[in-house]
Formats: sequence, C-alpha cells, structure tokens
Amino acid sequence: MSLHIPLLSLLIFVPILGGAAVLAAGDQGPWNARPVALLVSLATFLLSLPLYFLFDTHTAAMQFVERSPWVPSFHVEYYLGVDGISMPLIILTTFTTVLVVIAGWEVIKQRVAQYMAAFLIMEGVMIGVFCALDAMLFYVFWEAMLVPMFLIIGIWGGPRRIYATIKFFLYTFLGSVLMLVALIYMHYQSGSFSILDFQALRLGMTEQVLIFLAFLLAFAVKVPMWPVHTWLPDAHVEAPTGGSVILAAIMLKIGAYGFLRFSLPITPDASASLDWLIIAMSLIAVVYIGLVAIVQEDMKKLIAYSSIAHMGFVTLGFFIVFAISQRGGGLQGAALGVEGGMVQMVSHGFVSAALFLCVGVLYDRLHTRLIGDYGGVVNRMPVFGALMVFFAMANSGLPGTSGFVGEFMVLLASFKANFWFAFLAGLTLILGAAYSLWLVKRVIFGAVANDRVAELQDLDKRELLVLGSLAAVVLVLGIWPAPLLDVMHASVNHLLHQVALSKL
Amino acid sequence: MHYIYLAIVLAPLAGAVVAGLFGRWVSRSVAHSVAIGGVAVSFLLSLVALKHSLVDGAPAFNGTVYTWMVAGGVHFEIGFLIDRLSVLMMTVVSFVSLMVHIYTIGYMHDDPGYKRFFSYIALFTFSMLMLVMSNNFLQLFFGWEAVGLVSYLLIGFWYTRPTATFAALKAFLVNRVGDFGFMLGIAAILMYFHSLDYADVFAAADRMSGLQLEIFAGHGWSVLTLICILLFVGAMGKSAQVPLHVWLPDSMEGPTPISALIHAATMVTAGIFMVARMSPLYELSDTALSFVMVIGAITAFFMGLLGLVQNDIKRVIAYSTLSQLGYMTVALGASAYSVAIFHLMTHAFFKALLFLAAGSVIIAMHHEQDMRKMGGLKKYMPVTYWTSLIGSLALIGFPGFSGFFSKDSIIEAVAASHLPGAGFAYWSVLLGVFVTALYSFRLFFLVFHGEGRMDAHTRAHLRESPAVVTVPLVLLAIPSVVAGYLIGPLLYGEYFGDAIHITAAHPAMERLAEEFDGPWAMIVHGLTATPFLLAMAGLFTAWYVYMRRPALADLARRRAGWLYGLLVNKYGFDDFNQIVLAGGARGIGRLLWRVGDAVLIDGLVVNGSARVVGWMATVVRRVQTGYLYHYAFAMIVGLLLLMTWVVFLR
Repeated sequence: MSLHIPLLSLLIFVPILGGAAVLAAGDQGPWNARPVALLVSLATFLLSLPLYFLFDTHTAAMQFVERSPWVPSFHVEYYLGVDGISMPLIILTTFTTVLVVIAGWEVIKQRVAQYMAAFLIMEGVMIGVFCALDAMLFYVFWEAMLVPMFLIIGIWGGPRRIYATIKFFLYTFLGSVLMLVALIYMHYQSGSFSILDFQALRLGMTEQVLIFLAFLLAFAVKVPMWPVHTWLPDAHVEAPTGGSVILAAIMLKIGAYGFLRFSLPITPDASASLDWLIIAMSLIAVVYIGLVAIVQEDMKKLIAYSSIAHMGFVTLGFFIVFAISQRGGGLQGAALGVEGGMVQMVSHGFVSAALFLCVGVLYDRLHTRLIGDYGGVVNRMPVFGALMVFFAMANSGLPGTSGFVGEFMVLLASFKANFWFAFLAGLTLILGAAYSLWLVKRVIFGAVANDRVAELQDLDKRELLVLGSLAAVVLVLGIWPAPLLDVMHASVNHLLHQVALSKL
Repeated sequence: MHYIYLAIVLAPLAGAVVAGLFGRWVSRSVAHSVAIGGVAVSFLLSLVALKHSLVDGAPAFNGTVYTWMVAGGVHFEIGFLIDRLSVLMMTVVSFVSLMVHIYTIGYMHDDPGYKRFFSYIALFTFSMLMLVMSNNFLQLFFGWEAVGLVSYLLIGFWYTRPTATFAALKAFLVNRVGDFGFMLGIAAILMYFHSLDYADVFAAADRMSGLQLEIFAGHGWSVLTLICILLFVGAMGKSAQVPLHVWLPDSMEGPTPISALIHAATMVTAGIFMVARMSPLYELSDTALSFVMVIGAITAFFMGLLGLVQNDIKRVIAYSTLSQLGYMTVALGASAYSVAIFHLMTHAFFKALLFLAAGSVIIAMHHEQDMRKMGGLKKYMPVTYWTSLIGSLALIGFPGFSGFFSKDSIIEAVAASHLPGAGFAYWSVLLGVFVTALYSFRLFFLVFHGEGRMDAHTRAHLRESPAVVTVPLVLLAIPSVVAGYLIGPLLYGEYFGDAIHITAAHPAMERLAEEFDGPWAMIVHGLTATPFLLAMAGLFTAWYVYMRRPALADLARRRAGWLYGLLVNKYGFDDFNQIVLAGGARGIGRLLWRVGDAVLIDGLVVNGSARVVGWMATVVRRVQTGYLYHYAFAMIVGLLLLMTWVVFLR
C-alpha cells in the first residue's frame, strides 16, 4: 500500500519539530508549553491511527514505505516502513506519550518546556527506531534515543540521578557499539544498509554466531535480560514518573523488537544453535527476578524487577520456536510463542506504565517510594485503590486483563517446546501474584498507617483520566485480544519462514 | 435459547457493574435491587433452561459467543456448553446465590461497604456461571481465576483488619499454586489435542490413551494421567483438598454471606464440577482416579477431625466444608461423578443454610463468634434453631434428609470401587461419618442448648433475626430436606445422559443401580446400616460430652494433649507454609538480590569494570599535566623513537 501522505515521516517529525518548537519557546515563551505539547502528542496519536485502520493484514510486506537516498556514497538510505511487528509498538508509543504529557501536567514545575520537549523528541526518535528499515538510520535513532532519556533522568530525577544516568548510559552505549560493527560488516558483505537486504544475506556459521552475539549484547541490555539488568532498577528509581513510564512501556520493547527484526531473520542458524542461551537467560529472569521482586522495599524497584521478569516471557516466547519445530510442533506452534511474546510486549507497556503512574500518584503526595511509609491508602483514596488493585491483578496475569493473554500464549507454546520450560515459566503465576499482591496488601489495604497517609486526597480528574484510559485498554485487550493478534499473523508467519530457512 | 444463556451470565455482571462502578451515584436500595435483580434473572432463566432441557428434551447446546483470538492455528473462543450437568449447576449456583443476596440486605445492613459488597457477590455469581457454562478450557480458566479474584476481594472485604488482608492474600496465592498445575494441564491439552474445545478434546481422548511423555529422561508417563493430575492440582486449590486446603478456614475472615457463597455454591464446587466435566479424560486413567480418591479421603477424614477442636462457630462449619469436599472428591475418584455432583447439590443447600444460620446467630450475638460464649439460644431464635437442626441432620446424613442420600451413595460407591486406595478411602469416609456427627452436634448443642454463657448486655438484646435473614433460611431448609428425593432420576435415571461418561472398567455406578430400590427403601435400609449407627454414636457422644458431662471434654483434652495440640495446630500445615515456603522464598529472594545482583553483577562486573577504567584513566591522566615543556619533551622523545625505528629497524 502506498499513500501520498508520508505518514511515517510525519509520525517521526511532527513530535520532533513540535518538541523543538516547545524547547525554543522556553518557559517564558509566547505560549504555555503544556497545551502545545498536548496538542502535538495528540496530533501524533491521531496520525498513528491510520496505521492500524489502513493496515493490510494479509501481507507480510512492509507497508507505508518511504524510500529515498540519504548518504548515497555509503548507500545509506532514508528508508521507512512498518509491518505487523512494528505497527502495534508505534501506536503504543503515541498513546503512551499523550498520557505522559498529561501525567506531567502539574507535577513538573521546573523547566516545563524542556521536560515536554524531551518527551516529544523522544517520541519521534522511538517511532523512528520502529519504522527504520535502513540499518544506519536505525542506529542513528537507536543512539539518539539515549540523549533525551539521559536528560530526563539527569535533570528531573531523584537524588542519585547522576549515578543512575551514567550507569544507564554506559550500559546501553557499550551494548550497542558491537552492534554497529556488525551492521558495518554486513554492509560490506551486501553493499547495502537495508535491513531487508541483511535478512536475505547469506552468512556462514562463524559470521552468524559473531553477529548474533553482537546483537545479543545490544538487545539484552535494552530488554533488559538477566544478567545485564542491574541498570534498570536504578534508572527507574531515579527517573521522574514520566521517564519511568516511557522507559518501561517503550524503551524496553526496542530490545525485544531488535531480536525479531535483526537476530532471528539475519542469523537464523546461530539463533537455532544458541537458543538455549536465551531460553536460560529468560527463565532465570522469570524465576530469579521474580524472587528478587518479592523482597523489594521500594515500590519503583519492585515494579522494575517485575518488568524484567515479564520481559523474560517475551524473549522466551521468541526463542522457543526452534525447540517447538524440533519436536514437531510446526510453524503454527512456534507462531503461538512469538505472537505471545509480542502481545506480552504491548500488554506490559500498558500495565507497567499504569503501575509506574500509580507510584507517581503516591509519590507526588507523600514524596516517598518506600512501601513501609504507606498502608491503608484505600481508606483515603478509594478510586485510586481500586485502580491499583486492578493493575496489580493485570500484572499478575489475571484472565480478562491484557496481562494474561501474552503469558498464557507463551506458556502454552513453551509446553510444546519442553515440559520444564513451561514448568519454570509457569512459576510466574505464583511469584507474580506474590509480589504484586503483597505490594497491594502493604500499601493499599490495612488501617491508615500514619498521619501523612491520613491526609491523602483521592485522584483528581487529570489522574483519573490517565489511569482510567489505561485500565480501559488493559481490560479491552484482555477480553478481546483478536484485533491485536490479527495484524501480527502475516508478519510472524513470514518471520518464521525466514527463521526456518537455513542460510548455510 | 442463545440469548437466554447470554442473559444468564450478563445479568449478574450488569448488577455488579451498576453497584460497583456507579455505586457513587446510586442509592443503597438501587444498588441492592439491581444486584439481586440480576441474580434473580439468572435464576429464573436457569429454570427456563432446565425446563428446556428436561421437559422439552432439547439436546445439549454447544455454541460460540465470540472468537477471543486466533493464534498458532487454534481458534480460542468464548462459548457455552449447556447440557444436563451445566444446567443443574447453573440452577444450584443461581438459587443459592440469590438466597445469599437477599440475606445480605439484613446482614450487611450497617456496613459502610454495602454497595461494594453487592457488587462483589454479583460478580462472584457471574464468574461462577461463566465457569460452569463454558465449552472450552480458556473460558473455564477465566472463570476459575475470576472466582479466585472475587474471593480475594471478599475475604479481604474488611480491608482495615490485618487478619482479613492476610487471609485474602493467602487464599489467592494458595489458589495460584493450584492454578499453576491447572495451567500446565491446559498447556498439555493444547499440545496433544491441538484444541481447547471440550468437544474436540473428549472426542480425541480415546486415541490419546496409549501416548507417553518423558518428563524425566527415561521415564515414560502416560499423557492422560499427567493431564488429569495437573488439572486436579487446580481442583485441589479451588476445592481445598489437602495440602492446598489451608486457605479455606482463613476465608472465614470475610463477612458471613460470602462464606455461604464460597462454601456452598461458587468457588469450592468449581474443582468438583471440573473433574465431573472432564469425566471422559479421567475415566482413561486409573492412576489419576486413585490419586483423586486418596487425596479426597485424606481431606474427608483428617479435616473433619480439625472441626472437633475449633471454638469459632464459622470455623467449625469451614472444616466441615473441607471434609464434605473430601467426600465429593472421593466419589469422583470412584468414578461416581453423578454422586459427587449430587452431594455437591445437597451440600450447597444445607451448607448455605448452616452458614446463614450461623450468621443469624452472629448478628444476635453482636458479632461474637466464640461458641464458648453462646448457649441456650433455642428459646430466643426459634426459626434459626429449627432450620439449623434441619441443616445439621442433613449434614450428618440422617435418613430422610438430603445429605443421607448423597453421602450414603458415596460410601456405597467407594465400597464398589476396585482401584488402589479404595480400601483406605472406604474406611476414611465411613469413620468420617462419626466425626461429622460429633462436630456438628457439638456445635449445635453448644450454641442452642444448655446454659447461656453470654454477658448480660448481649443476653438482653437477644432476638430472632429479621425476615430478610430468616426467609432465606426457610427457603434453603426446604431443599435441604427434599433435594435428596431426586436421587432416583439424578443417579440412576437418564438425567445426566451424555454429560458424564463412565467406562465399563469402573462399575461402581452399575453396582449402585442394581441395589437401588427407590428412596423409601433406601431410608429403611439406611436405618440399620453402619453409617447410620456411626452417625448416631457421634450425635450421642456430642450430647453426652457437651450436655451431660462437660468436664469430659476438658479431661479428654488433658489426657490426649499431644493429639489436641496436633489438631489445634492444624497438623502444622500453616506453620510449614509460613516458615518454610513463604520465609524460604523471601530468603532466597533477598540472597539473590543482595548477593547475586548487588555483589556479583554490580559489584564485580559493572563497578569492577568502571574501576578498571577509572584506574587506567588516572594513569593516563598523569601524562596530561598541562605543562608545555612536558608535551614538548614527549614530542621530542617520540620523534627520536620514530626516527630510530625508521632508520635502524627497517
């Protein structure tokens, strides 16, 4: 499908230019930064809706493609397009950004224009990552993403923000350097920077393994997978609420997206022979991190660890495909795992965003994130209490919420791969409920714990709008996930055919 | 009929939404009216569905409502299977739930969470109806978890009480342990049957019976046995079988109406119903049936014993529920699925009755639940007294009351079973009859007879509860007597038809049918049979010990101190779970966090590499002093070295 309107470019540049305008105007500018930022983010969200409604679910080919030379001497192109893998993530991005702008409305009092600008620019760059089909363009967006996030944590963050930003920056930056080497190597082999050409490129086993490992380092840090996950709790704890939301809802997804766009199709043979590594890392994430999450005393850390455990399901779903096909499960069985991982990505975007916003609501009132400082919040904030219990349930994978769908699919698929994969992954039913509901028990329920809790005010309209719309999405996706899955089928089947085809 | 079935589930949901989400804007009477109205619609339409099936002879309905998703080549659908089994469950569930709803108006009258409570119990009914009406494992799991959620909310209803929030969390987590097994069972079904639809799975069950799966290298397991046991682990959680029973007694922390709902109609019956629904699978695995029977027998006998040492009126009834669930489970293991469902039904009536009667006593006693402070309530509360007596007689299986027919059939069915473990199960359920009668009438005598042990203030206010409380008691007392006479058509007639499947290898039901001569003959025979004598012995012992010689109970307690301690400590399950499992998980979590994350990953690798970089930087920094002559000197040395290399070494 080709449209005359360059929709993807608009999606990238409306927020970036809007953000630049907000930034240039500053806080003393001719207009208030908040409504302008809201307008820009809403416009971007509306622009992203045609991606869904005009999407052709019958083809695996890239859609809404834009292609023109960018740096001709190095064959770098400005090449954009989306398929069923990236499209839902773009809508997730535009939706979440609107909520983040609203959530920061009154909370951020200093450098409002810069704050809003950082998020808008961030949005454009992240959309760029999801629709870049040129590896150099992808890399530019990939690294550019770090800058606004670095600033968001560094300027509006908590007391240990410098430690957290440097840890975050170094981890993710070091992770991606080797990826750049791999991309350049493949450019020399193929004479192109097109990701689709990379996917068609024939590679020997040694090359594949090296490229696979280079990608693994970059993506595993972003996801993050055990054992390169320790930057995430620190970054979350120090980040302002909006930063945590974007980090959890979207930035983590970029690593998982990388596995689908690069690792699996470009190095299928290496993926097949090293799948045990990823599966082991994923299962450790589910069990080890699940146990660690239980004993956290800081609400944000708890949710951060819970994010890592949930992302373990995503990578597990992606890499059990080989074990399933070996045991005769066929491509359809494998599709269940991959699609389950993708649904889990989208769902985790909503649920973790909601939970971080819930913590933000409490933090804005009492300025503490420690579980021990709360207790009996529902006595003063019944509406908030109900929503937080709902999101905690979604986080523990209750059927009827989006949190169930992905976990269910990945569990069903992992049983096809190996009983013990399903057994270990299934422990999340117990662990997830334990850390989510124990948190709720200590924070929300009980008698009013202290005088400060006694003075809490329930959600205002703005907060209710943000959390309520997330609750609606989580519920709808849980009751009827079919619309989300229908857009994925063609692309996932195409991907699985690529993966099944040896390049050796 | 399609729309009627849809209305049966959606009506309580609508009630829950109005009372819950819009509770702020509607009055209390509107809230309870819509919730009760919704459940009443469900009950009436369930009767219509029952008539449609029973009188009109309509075949089972199996239809899809909507496609939840399509993935991996499998259609995951939401749909209904309305056959004789589900229509019976729907009727029982909606009837008991309706009684509980009406009763709640009186019981929760002064509670600030009135509307919220109605919202929850209506949602509970919705969840349970979704579960029993499902035609596939996905929706079954939805209902399964949804009743878990609502029970969590209801047990923790009084959220300011630490014991209540603890009990709620415990109930949810223990159920999750069961659900873990259940989920794996569903995954196994999808792997081998490529469908989650009951009809597809049952049709293919025979072909799977020879299939093996290797879980531990070298040991082949029958796939069907594995599936059945995994599914049963889920049932052990929901239907509170040992060792996943620990949540049920604690669920007494919730308001009394929900105890009636959880113990009688919703939640705990889910596991029993599920196994009966899966009879085509369980019939193919003797190992699984044996497992089910032994677990049920342990629960039936040993949990009954715990009822003897409880002083909280509701806890006695709670342990009685555990024991009775054990009876149902034993019946399932003996392939007497219809008997299990029959006992489920009679138990739903008399247990709801007993709980609501206990609630009535609790209201009169100003929320005192300790039986040691009660006594002599007979003269103050005649309706509660007589309905309690009916409930108790039904519970101990007194001939002529509903529990007699169902419990005697269970004992007979176990006697006819030849599976390994049947002998143990037989003695457990037989001796359990004595225990049941003992704890039931201990409660009955302590509460209603003898001297009043309450304080003067409470005594002055003692009176019968209002009509919204007593009318449901009477309405439940009626089926607690008469439901038993349905035994002929339910067990030996054609009632269940294809809904329950029994293979020729398990002849228990055939044996029972041969001996069955109608309910009256059964009563006459029952009056001379061992179970009746045991029940009478239990009743007499209770009367003698608690009415005639109260000192005997103390004496027994002192003489058998270790046994008493064992029972009071509930065999140590709670302590074990609390210390070993919960404490262990937290300990490991803390270890992984402090050592794994903080010391090994962050300390050694991350900060370690930062230190190496930092150390190198300090070395290199010495070179950059900022003095011009240092740089000039370095340049000269460098040039000299370069020239040396170029001139001499090349």
